[in-house]
Amino acid sequence: MSEIINAKYITRETSHMEYQEGMEIVPGNIIEQVLEARESYDETKYTSSDVIRALSKDTLSPQDFAALLSPAAQPYVEQMAKRAQQETRKHFGNSVMMFTPCYIANYCENYCIYCGFNCHNKIHRGMLNMEEIDKEMSAIAKSGLKEILILTGESRSMSPVDYIGEACKIARKYFTVIGVEIYPLNSDEYRYLHECGVDYVTVFQETYNPDKYETLHLGGHKRIFPYRLNAQERAIMGGMRGVGFAALLGLDDFRKDAFATGMHAYLIQKKYPHAEIAFSCPRLRPIINNDKINPKDVHETQLMQIVCAYRLFMPFASITISTREREGFRNGIINIAATKISAGVSTGIGEHIDDGESKGDPQFIIDDGRSVDEVRQAIIDQGLQPVFSDYIYAG
Amino acid sequence: MTDTFKIGEHEFTSRFILGSGKYSLDLIQAAVEHAGAQIVTLALRRATLGSIDNILDYIPEGVTLLPNTSGARNAEEAVRIARLAREVGCGDFIKIECIHDSKYLLPDNYETIKATEILAKEGFVVMPYMYPDLNAARDLVNAGAAAIMPLGAPIGTNKGLLTKEFIQILVDEIDLPVIVDAGIGKPSQACEAMEMGCAAVMSNTAIATAGDIPAMAGAFKQAIEAGRTAYLSGMGRILEKASASSPLTGFLAD
Repeated sequence: MSEIINAKYITRETSHMEYQEGMEIVPGNIIEQVLEARESYDETKYTSSDVIRALSKDTLSPQDFAALLSPAAQPYVEQMAKRAQQETRKHFGNSVMMFTPCYIANYCENYCIYCGFNCHNKIHRGMLNMEEIDKEMSAIAKSGLKEILILTGESRSMSPVDYIGEACKIARKYFTVIGVEIYPLNSDEYRYLHECGVDYVTVFQETYNPDKYETLHLGGHKRIFPYRLNAQERAIMGGMRGVGFAALLGLDDFRKDAFATGMHAYLIQKKYPHAEIAFSCPRLRPIINNDKINPKDVHETQLMQIVCAYRLFMPFASITISTREREGFRNGIINIAATKISAGVSTGIGEHIDDGESKGDPQFIIDDGRSVDEVRQAIIDQGLQPVFSDYIYAG
Repeated sequence: MTDTFKIGEHEFTSRFILGSGKYSLDLIQAAVEHAGAQIVTLALRRATLGSIDNILDYIPEGVTLLPNTSGARNAEEAVRIARLAREVGCGDFIKIECIHDSKYLLPDNYETIKATEILAKEGFVVMPYMYPDLNAARDLVNAGAAAIMPLGAPIGTNKGLLTKEFIQILVDEIDLPVIVDAGIGKPSQACEAMEMGCAAVMSNTAIATAGDIPAMAGAFKQAIEAGRTAYLSGMGRILEKASASSPLTGFLAD
């Protein structure tokens, strides 16, 4: 496998737009198209008639998607939700997939100023060994879950690819669907993980604004914007079945970032029609006392608008709703547009093992701490169907 | 005489194949009963053996399971999923779905033919989901398919028989049962497919998204029976224009 330059050589002096040694460059120009789309997106130019037109269509163009993300669409959130619900039913029926994340390590070599895992934050670091991973996964599997999302902090040296690969092999014993949310890899590394049982790769771009990105990511591999942006494409080249996209809404202009996220997914799906597309919709929560004045704040109404716009633009895409959101919001949105929900979540290291001891501090504080059974029951109570397995690993 | 149709060596009286995806598991039994269905499809990827909410536990005894290979992107994956279905006790029926397009979920006929050939040789009763193309259908016959399942419209769209003319060609030319799969949104469309001479209709989304699932299953049953009876009765003629009162050929002497 390729050798990628050590993270410590990437500092705030390193150009964030230049690939570094060992980082694979993908063919084509999706990145240019995404950045161009973001740059030219003018959220003020849309009117209510653009929104109504978009809502009347079977298949939405990128311009319709843009209209639905604009402030002009905000009064139409209820109508968007109704249309989104129809599309969700058409493509997914009343199924809601359930999964849980499993954090196996929290070492990180990146300096991202908004993240609890960043390398300068003095937190309790740790990683599970294979025996502990087995125990952790066995404990999770007892809840009945069949889908797992394996996460690490972004440290190639502390949690290298083969460590993650071995963890995935253990996961295969207990789960039918395995996803990873780890640092971006080259396609040969993704291929190796696919052979270890992984089918889904999620990478959060955080923000699609390169200038803003530079100011937030001050060191480590993550600083290299294009290498991160093209991760989904490398994952598909490596044989992965599906890829997930997300902007951390609120870091920058959330409407532009949501538009860029959708366009990124749209262009990838166009180039790789077999790839399954997924969206996550994490947001920076509005800060108390500031929420009336900051236009970048993403309230629940805006979040609903974005999720519905994703659903209407790409009706077949999977949409995951984070435990960052409160119970009431999560219950509501699975009835409208989201199709995947986590449950029994812990963002610390090794916290499913019942020894009362965490091996490492959590990445963020969750809002919805319900167990698998509680979430399952909440899904059933809404007349929806909890689905534990929606995939067979077929190599 | 009872009106039956055969898939492989198996004989069925019900011409309604019911999908089991997209709606709550505890409604499956009622839907099957109201539909009078003898064949129920299920996505093997949803069958979580040894776990809670396993779809297999909800399918009533006595119905023939038709596992599908949904999730397969090519012949190789379809074959692997089919073998797994047999291993876990789903029987020998297999509905092949080879889909290389996550947006429209249109079947890949070429890969479907390859998978059909392999699985038919292994003794499966192969029912391929396909895009209605006569050449591909003939290849499927030669590959050992037990029935042909052309789509009426893209999966989940409920748009009806958009491919009607092409399905009619299959009905006219292919000796195997032609079962319309995907796109049927209303009982009237299922009826229409049966009037055309299709052997059966498969439906999932139209029922799963109905307000009252068992009642809609019952409505489909009646529509399919009506369409079948109409087909067997010999449909009345439909003329494109009114008949001219002075025939063009009135001058013929003998």
